Amino acid sequence: MLVEQIAVFLENKSGRLAEITAVLAENGVNIRALSVADTADFGILRLIVDKVEKAKEVLKANGFTVGKTDVIAVEVDDKTGGLARVLQCIKEASINVEYMYAFVNKTGENAVLIFRFEKMEEAITMLQNGGFTIISREQICAL
Amino acid sequence: MTVAYWEEEIETLPRVGLESVQLSRLKNLVARVYKTVKPYRVKMDAAGVKPEDIKTLADLAKLPFTVKEDLRDNYPFGLFTVPLDEVVRVHASSGTTGKPTVVGYTAKDIKTWSNVMARALCCAGATKNDMVHNAYGYGLFTGGLGAHYGIERLGATAIPVSGGNSKRQITIMKDFGSTVLLSTPSYALNLADSMDAMGIDPKSLSLRIGIFGAEPWSENMRDEVERKLNLKATDIYGLSEVMGPGVAQECLHTERGMHISEDHFLPEIIDPDTGEVLPPGEKGELVFTTLTKEAFPIIRYRTKDISRLFYEPCACGRTLVRMEKITGRTDDMLIIRGVNVFPSQVEHVLMGVDGVEPHYQIVVDRDGNLDTMEVQVEVSEGFFSDEIRKLENLNKYIQMEIKDLLGVTCKVKLVEPKTIQRSEGKAQRVIDNRRI
Repeated sequence: MLVEQIAVFLENKSGRLAEITAVLAENGVNIRALSVADTADFGILRLIVDKVEKAKEVLKANGFTVGKTDVIAVEVDDKTGGLARVLQCIKEASINVEYMYAFVNKTGENAVLIFRFEKMEEAITMLQNGGFTIISREQICAL
Repeated sequence: MTVAYWEEEIETLPRVGLESVQLSRLKNLVARVYKTVKPYRVKMDAAGVKPEDIKTLADLAKLPFTVKEDLRDNYPFGLFTVPLDEVVRVHASSGTTGKPTVVGYTAKDIKTWSNVMARALCCAGATKNDMVHNAYGYGLFTGGLGAHYGIERLGATAIPVSGGNSKRQITIMKDFGSTVLLSTPSYALNLADSMDAMGIDPKSLSLRIGIFGAEPWSENMRDEVERKLNLKATDIYGLSEVMGPGVAQECLHTERGMHISEDHFLPEIIDPDTGEVLPPGEKGELVFTTLTKEAFPIIRYRTKDISRLFYEPCACGRTLVRMEKITGRTDDMLIIRGVNVFPSQVEHVLMGVDGVEPHYQIVVDRDGNLDTMEVQVEVSEGFFSDEIRKLENLNKYIQMEIKDLLGVTCKVKLVEPKTIQRSEGKAQRVIDNRRI
């Protein structure tokens, strides 16, 4: 039920994002989705990729600090209120969202929401009970 | 101008007389320390020297050195020569790692200290008619209280304002009519800037003398402070291991160095590599032996400060030897806003944080007149998190731990691995961009 996400530590220096994407491209890693969280001094790049282990290995080899985190990917119809319904469900269980980002899949019909919750297991249960579609690791790689 | 002395007889005693006072005190000291303090006895025995081997001042060179590590090894009170019930005060300064360096004073030591500090104030030109603004920090640091007792001993009026809050400092200076300012030289410049911002002309104040110490400063800085604060700026030297402020003080002939209260603190200059005593006038590491201290005497303490000693007579009439302004250190100690900081202390803090590897660098700079310290820490996988909040909390935690241990506020910056320069495989720990 969980999807693996790669996180990379970034100092706020020009060209760092370009370097990461170049390293991934050279090694045939495809980026499905990404988000950058930033502060005044540093940023964290979060990536959903098709080859997680490969991505981690090549980034490390290039001197980046890389972490792997489990996140939850929820598929919703790309329609008004899609995200709102998910958040409502989570809110009822008083679960905090640490962070989230989203992308629209190739067909353009569905949106995929990537979540990191404070309580991951509870969130999965809530979402399943709420009838939401949770995407597996294999599915996201195949998207 | 007539020169005022606090204790004219001893301050102007011909060297022969001074040296005989020093020798008899040294003999007493060595005999007492050998008898009462085991760590000293062990070291002297190992060096094959007995108290009765001290027959001349030159025999001092036979005695083993004392270093900061000795203080740490005997933490907190192991080097005291009197029972604790005779100790009326302790002070502490930062050690090179976690544990501070502790020193103690008997009632007589406090008297001696007050006296040498009064001598220092007098040497700088202060009198009992002065209103003395003491902006050294009060507390475990010897600066505040050490100076304070000297001001009272002199009979001047002490304003125990301590450090910080420049606006209030200036209001007090103006309203109370402060005539003498005691602070670090960089804080004095900071006060000058605050005055400027407040629209206060230093000439409208009553300041006439500045006694600045606890950090190295240059002749250029002296010119700047004198110009900006409209006072005569003098240098004071002291360290807690020896006594505190008042070990040495510049007279009004400031180009000649600081007069050491030699009847209490016996100086030597050694080659820091070989430990050999160097002839007068040569540059090397300053070493002190306390001649009169009771609770915490110290024999041949290596200060790690680099200086020179001048024995030629001074125009002020004092025969007390003069030490040159400190021109450097033999170790990696930094002085940040008057506080001693060792890179090893920062390392100690970082090692205590889960997952943090000691890949760090300390960048020191001067923003306006205030020292800034930034600790750059490489982010390793051990503590990397994909959540901003966790990394920011870690950053704050390191900052607080450093503040707790060192007493210095610093900025912590998380950096990518391998960003810290490694020269010949060894990381360069400190980058000091200050131009002092």
